[in-house]
Amino acid sequence: MNPATSLPLDLPALRQKADWVWRETLRIHRRSPETRVASALSCIEILVALYYGGFLRYDSKLPPWPDRDRFIASKGHGAISLYPILADLGFFPREALTQIGQPDALLSVIPEPAIPGVETINGALGHGVGVGCGMALALRRHDPARRVVVLVGDGELHEGANWEAFMLAAQHRLDNLTVIVDNNHISMLGPTDEIVSHRSLTVKLAAFGWAAHQVDGHDLEALLTVLAAATPGQPCCIVADTHKGRGVPGLEDAPLSHVMGIPPAQLDDLLGETP
Amino acid sequence: MSATVRPMRDAVLETLIERMAADADLFLLSGDFGSPVLDRLRTQYPDRFINVGIAEQNLINVAAGMALEGCKVVAYAIAPFLTLRAFEQIRINLSLMAEFRPMTVVLIGVGAGFSYTLAGPTHQCLEDLTVMRALPNLDVYCPADWPTAQALVVQCLNRSRISYLRLDAAALPALPDPLGTGPHLGFRVLRTGGSLVLLATGYMSHVALRLTDRLAATGQTCGVIDLYTLLRFDTSALAGALAQYATIMSLEEGFVACGGLDALTLNLVNDYRLRCRVIAHGIPAGYRFGQGSREQLLAKAGLSEATLWQQVSHLATCENAPDEI
Repeated sequence: MNPATSLPLDLPALRQKADWVWRETLRIHRRSPETRVASALSCIEILVALYYGGFLRYDSKLPPWPDRDRFIASKGHGAISLYPILADLGFFPREALTQIGQPDALLSVIPEPAIPGVETINGALGHGVGVGCGMALALRRHDPARRVVVLVGDGELHEGANWEAFMLAAQHRLDNLTVIVDNNHISMLGPTDEIVSHRSLTVKLAAFGWAAHQVDGHDLEALLTVLAAATPGQPCCIVADTHKGRGVPGLEDAPLSHVMGIPPAQLDDLLGETP
Repeated sequence: MSATVRPMRDAVLETLIERMAADADLFLLSGDFGSPVLDRLRTQYPDRFINVGIAEQNLINVAAGMALEGCKVVAYAIAPFLTLRAFEQIRINLSLMAEFRPMTVVLIGVGAGFSYTLAGPTHQCLEDLTVMRALPNLDVYCPADWPTAQALVVQCLNRSRISYLRLDAAALPALPDPLGTGPHLGFRVLRTGGSLVLLATGYMSHVALRLTDRLAATGQTCGVIDLYTLLRFDTSALAGALAQYATIMSLEEGFVACGGLDALTLNLVNDYRLRCRVIAHGIPAGYRFGQGSREQLLAKAGLSEATLWQQVSHLATCENAPDEI
């Protein structure tokens, strides 16, 4: 039902697509330096696997299609890498990518539900899992095949409301709910482990009753494999180990990368082009 | 039947049981909060009753997620925990999301004002009217009795809106409704006459009626209006009902001068250029410890029938708005 008939893409095409999204994300950042680029670069392969790997069901010409899967980017700040994907798939015109943050532009620095393909608003952290839980509870009454996927950051998991939702999802055996942790190990003021360490997220989630997996979040093949592995009767959590600011020297894994931008000259150099 | 003393909670839950029979999309979510009537509901509709546990933040988020999928959701918890602990969840996932998507969510908070008399200030709720009134896209109701509460919950479920119903925890009698103004107006006129009107909400409407009865015994009279809608209603009708009085006394069981009923009254007087004096009564800032009856707790806050009597009887005799009180 996905509109792009060539989907799902094979691995080499997926890798190419991820590279394109990476470059488009840098272009967005060059035009809108106020965007949180490091957080957006760590989840690119996750988004590409979801949207181009045949996992999410959607109709870009009819975004509120009732039979779509629901995707919530709970880590709202890191979601600008979602924009090129939604534009590429036809949710809105590509020109919108050039206007982010401008007055009356369709696309905002943090995605809003007025944007076709965006379900909820998530600038405040720690809301997506609970809302996703409610969606999953409602959806499975009519169509157990419809999935809800929530992308969270590891820093975001310091919010206690997530854990209330983790408990409820397991209690209600929401196997139509998948939470992907963009585990880039860095919060705003430094490494998550030095702020409040999660120890092992997979051990925690498994203890909460979830089917918990850990993968290299930049390895598209590994992501596709784990996304395909469903455990009946259990919600699924994928802890995807990633690098914040991936692919940008000086930014990648920098403790303060969340609030760092990329200087225009470095962007020109990375993209091999000037605006 | 209308004179029966009942908890609003039980009456509203009975209405919900009836509605659930007729509407397969109606769900009740509870933050591990119940009542004997709720036991009936959850036995009858086990698949549409979800106890999320003592987790009000998740209560709201799950309610929002279900409402986004077309369910009608009632979220039921103790009032301060529902409105204050989960405030950001209400703000983001209900108030803000309602700008984008139609949602039917009714937040039912039990424990208005001092109504949990013995539980102390953690369970008593003096901030919710102010705080809920601050949110766009949300209707705020504070019924004084169970028939009003029942009528309001039906009204809320019939609309794609976010509503907050503040219910008293005590069993209270149904108020007489001689003039029969309906819920669509947001208020009802319980008494008319004289130069003073008591504009009350929730339990304070009962106190206002007792004060009026006491005035009547001395040959005096005053108006009483029970205002059960504190946001988004026909204010012109209310302004019309208030226009004949020289003095309006607002009575709320919540912190005074913080944006609750008193702010509503002052804005209305200003907007409609009413020529009258407003005297605002509510709970002075500060928490009250120590136990007592409802009247004792209200007396400490200057809000009981006994503590209000002298001023009310004085104002009822003033034909014009007094300069000093």
